Amino acid sequence: MLVSAAFVLMMTGPGLALFYCGLVRKRNVLGTMMQSFAMMAVITLLWGVCGYSLVFAPGNPFLGDLRYLFLRGVGAEPNPLYAPTIPHQTFMIYQLMFAIITPALITGAFAERVHFKAMVMFSVLWAFFVYFPTAHMVWGTGGFLNAFGGGRVPVFDFAGGTVVHITSGFSALVTALYVGKRVGYPHEKFVPHSLVLSFIGACLLWVGWFGFNAGSALAASSLATSAFVATHFAAAAGAVGWMAAERVRKGQASALGAISGAVAGLATVTQGAGFVQPFSAVAIGLIAGALCYFMVTTVKERFRYDDSLDVFGVHGVGGFAGCLLTGVFATRAVNSVLKLANGRPAPLGWIDGNPAQLVNQLIGAGIGIGLGVVGTLAALKITELVTPLHMTEGEEATGMDLSLHGEEGYNFEG
Amino acid sequence: MVKIEAVIQPSKLDKAREVLQSIGIDGLTVSEVRGHGRQKGHREVYRGREYDVDFIHKIKLETVVPSARKDEVIGALVEAVRTGAIGDGKIFVSEVVDIVRIRDDARGESAL
Repeated sequence: MLVSAAFVLMMTGPGLALFYCGLVRKRNVLGTMMQSFAMMAVITLLWGVCGYSLVFAPGNPFLGDLRYLFLRGVGAEPNPLYAPTIPHQTFMIYQLMFAIITPALITGAFAERVHFKAMVMFSVLWAFFVYFPTAHMVWGTGGFLNAFGGGRVPVFDFAGGTVVHITSGFSALVTALYVGKRVGYPHEKFVPHSLVLSFIGACLLWVGWFGFNAGSALAASSLATSAFVATHFAAAAGAVGWMAAERVRKGQASALGAISGAVAGLATVTQGAGFVQPFSAVAIGLIAGALCYFMVTTVKERFRYDDSLDVFGVHGVGGFAGCLLTGVFATRAVNSVLKLANGRPAPLGWIDGNPAQLVNQLIGAGIGIGLGVVGTLAALKITELVTPLHMTEGEEATGMDLSLHGEEGYNFEG
Repeated sequence: MVKIEAVIQPSKLDKAREVLQSIGIDGLTVSEVRGHGRQKGHREVYRGREYDVDFIHKIKLETVVPSARKDEVIGALVEAVRTGAIGDGKIFVSEVVDIVRIRDDARGESAL
């Protein structure tokens, strides 16, 4: 579990930091990496102070209480509500890594144009308004959507399709629209300055995702293996799906397309890993690759919103599709934790003969989206009262590196 | 003396250097440049967004030779870097008034 936790942190830094920074222009490389890194620092402290408690302490169906404030009582003794075989503190540090990467994902939507101070403040508020309640509802004991903890509407979200990808993806769209476009978008050139860095980042994300999804079994078990396998197959199928769509539309499969497709496959299977069989994961990945390609090309082009690094198109849409597809493909052959009254494993998704699960998944996604939109707007409004969001035109032209941090990413002279 | 400035395909640099060395041209300055001639740029696609890249990466190679050797050097260079396709580049020739070797103040052709 500790290794899994380290893997999930590796997804944010260096994984996501590299993936994103390669996609921006040279003058914003450090500023973009700093957004991810700042989350590693800031959200960690927030998690220790109260975040963990608000998510995982028993409370009401929407938020935990404050019994674990400053990690009081979170020690070596396992917490049988979540993971009876590992220390409570191990569980706590593992879950922290998810809280870090989620707001870090959003930063891609408003890349290259938002003040550092505003970004940090927004992210902290967003954690309170969106992440903590959603995570509690889905994973916290007694949470409203918790399928395994007595929730009213049981939603299957193995590793955070709803908690991480739907919330971040839809919040990302709101931030992109609210903050506004970059100067010159869309008629000027916004060419990725180093797809090599993005490539390394995407590969680190792929590997780190094993910690994210397989680790969510919270034990070294056969369930962890099946989540691992589903994750890997979906990533591969996602890459193939995106490349195939590109090949058909443009005549060439691109490197950026291949890695974007893999990330789309990973984001989409996150919800269902641990519930679906390998070839269901392949189907999920293929759909993800083709669908997300369509979103970031045709749909984004049509509506001209500046979701700079396609957080909505990949994580929002992929997460949403993954939520529904989990309702289709989840099967007791993989996950037999839920029992019927007679002790036999309960049917999970449509292929188990339980189409009603799709409704539950839809409600879960709807709550994630609703909270994401409302919480993000609130966080943006409050931030704006304190400090401006959008950099000035001059600062944007100079670049985040120099105007926000007083440094440059590449100093080759001398 | 004449300065020969050749803007060539980056992949042809090694061959150009070899040929020049083989005919005894030792002084060479090379820089990475961007530009376009009649060829114009090319098109790149990132996540479906198409961008025209107007300026293409080229290598600019500069050398100064005695006027008497002008046509010999140009001929050798052209033969070395020509592919016959659009984008092979151009060679510019200009008069050089004087040369100073910084180390010992040698002037003119003797400083080459």
